[in-house]
Amino acid sequence: MQMPANDEVRDAVAQAHRREWAFVLAATARVTRDLDAAEECVQDAYVAALDAWARQGVPRNPGAWLTTAARHRALDGLRRDRTLRAKLPLLVDAEAADQAILAGQDGDDVIGDDRLRLIFTCCHPALGREAQVALTLRLVCGLNTAEIAQAFVVSEPTMAARITRAKKKIATTRIPYRIPSPGELPERLRGVLAVIHLLFTTGHTAPSGGSLVRTDLVERSMHLARMLCELMPDDTEARGLLALLIVTDARRATRAGADGRLLRLKDQDRSRWDRSALAGAEAMIVGCLRAGPPGRYVLQAAIASLYADAPAYEETDWPQIVALYDKLLEVWPSPVVALNRAVPLAMVAGPETALAEVERLEGDPRLSGYQYLPAIKADLLSRLGRTSAAAEAYRRAFALAANEAERSFLAEQLAIAE
Amino acid sequence: MAKYAILIYEAESGYADGGEEAWKQAGEAHGRFAGQVGEKGGQIVGGDALEPTATATSIRGDIVTDGPFAETKEALGGFYLVEARDLDHAIEIARLCPAPFGGVEVRPVMDTGM
Repeated sequence: MQMPANDEVRDAVAQAHRREWAFVLAATARVTRDLDAAEECVQDAYVAALDAWARQGVPRNPGAWLTTAARHRALDGLRRDRTLRAKLPLLVDAEAADQAILAGQDGDDVIGDDRLRLIFTCCHPALGREAQVALTLRLVCGLNTAEIAQAFVVSEPTMAARITRAKKKIATTRIPYRIPSPGELPERLRGVLAVIHLLFTTGHTAPSGGSLVRTDLVERSMHLARMLCELMPDDTEARGLLALLIVTDARRATRAGADGRLLRLKDQDRSRWDRSALAGAEAMIVGCLRAGPPGRYVLQAAIASLYADAPAYEETDWPQIVALYDKLLEVWPSPVVALNRAVPLAMVAGPETALAEVERLEGDPRLSGYQYLPAIKADLLSRLGRTSAAAEAYRRAFALAANEAERSFLAEQLAIAE
Repeated sequence: MAKYAILIYEAESGYADGGEEAWKQAGEAHGRFAGQVGEKGGQIVGGDALEPTATATSIRGDIVTDGPFAETKEALGGFYLVEARDLDHAIEIARLCPAPFGGVEVRPVMDTGM
């Protein structure tokens, strides 16, 4: 038998880390009933894989190999050290866990459920949003603390403390390791979708620093959205979120020019958009719209898809986009949505009408400090020829923007207005 | 089952302004709550209502002062101790706890059993 080269094994392990981490950890956490102990066993299993796969070849089902290895370690650990399970006990449904251990391995459906258990535990509403995001990256995606700290521009000790605190809260308050009951599910799922969406937007528009797209976070969030769709195939909002991420990401390459400058939608090179990704997303959106009254993410995806669908910016179906925004405001009455609606509204009813709408929203305290409000206002003012008011609004937007690419874009617009 | 405290925080002005009617309604609501906890599979194992913060005396070190420990818009006005399976169950129960002039906080009771 041909032994795989070292690089090949390293790639296989890295790929299994990306693809199978959640699967392996979720199954192992049932045995250890402790997230820290489970993480340790899974990490050990990945280290063991480097050596074993180099000697025996890469297994056909790396996830199953890693799960077996991690669970063996967990069972050894339990036999050796009973205190292991007493420290931060995870509230596993005892009967189901014992059955899984007795059976030696889970059926496919049970393993699927296990990943969902892990996701819902990480995104439990009793945990703060920051903690939910950090735990999801750590436990579901398998990122280490340093990587997560870097993604959110905080120090490693700060992030480590945040993760420890969250794990401790899970254990001491007895947040159960289970899928919410049907009655709670819609609300709990909204929390999970919000975490995935936040990860994507954080990666897509890095809150500070030089690079506009933090590719890794974008990929991780899309992977999570895909996983959720796979685990909850009947949920249209999960599919809507995935479609929204795909549409947004399909334009990734053109969001900035060669010099790193931010480009507006109307200035982007549409020929470089990923058309096959856009077509795939559109099919998903149409399916969701047919399935029943659309929720927030399906509508957001439909709007993004409609923007991307036009062969040229000028040919965008503005009235249809305004209509979708009206529907979106019904299901999600957010001032940010109302603000974004002003953009297509300007194309349908003229910049004057849109400006009146933006000025009405200026009074909303939830939008104070929101950089896109003065940016949109500035654009409308300059279209109306009110240059000094536009310059003033650009200055305000510039002061609020943290991302370098966005700041230089705004500075440029300011220079034009002045 | 684990023990949780449900701490009731409310604006005292609600009851002061609402007079007897507010008290009567609260009394009935708490009576209903006791029944609902059982229906949800939980159990109330303790709890009481507290006199308003105007009756509070705070002691820090050697110093005794008139008034609550911290002045807040919504003050601790009562609590329950309940038995629940897990946090989700405790939240489900706490959601039913009457607090028309504020809200409630759920905290696990520390297991100090040796």
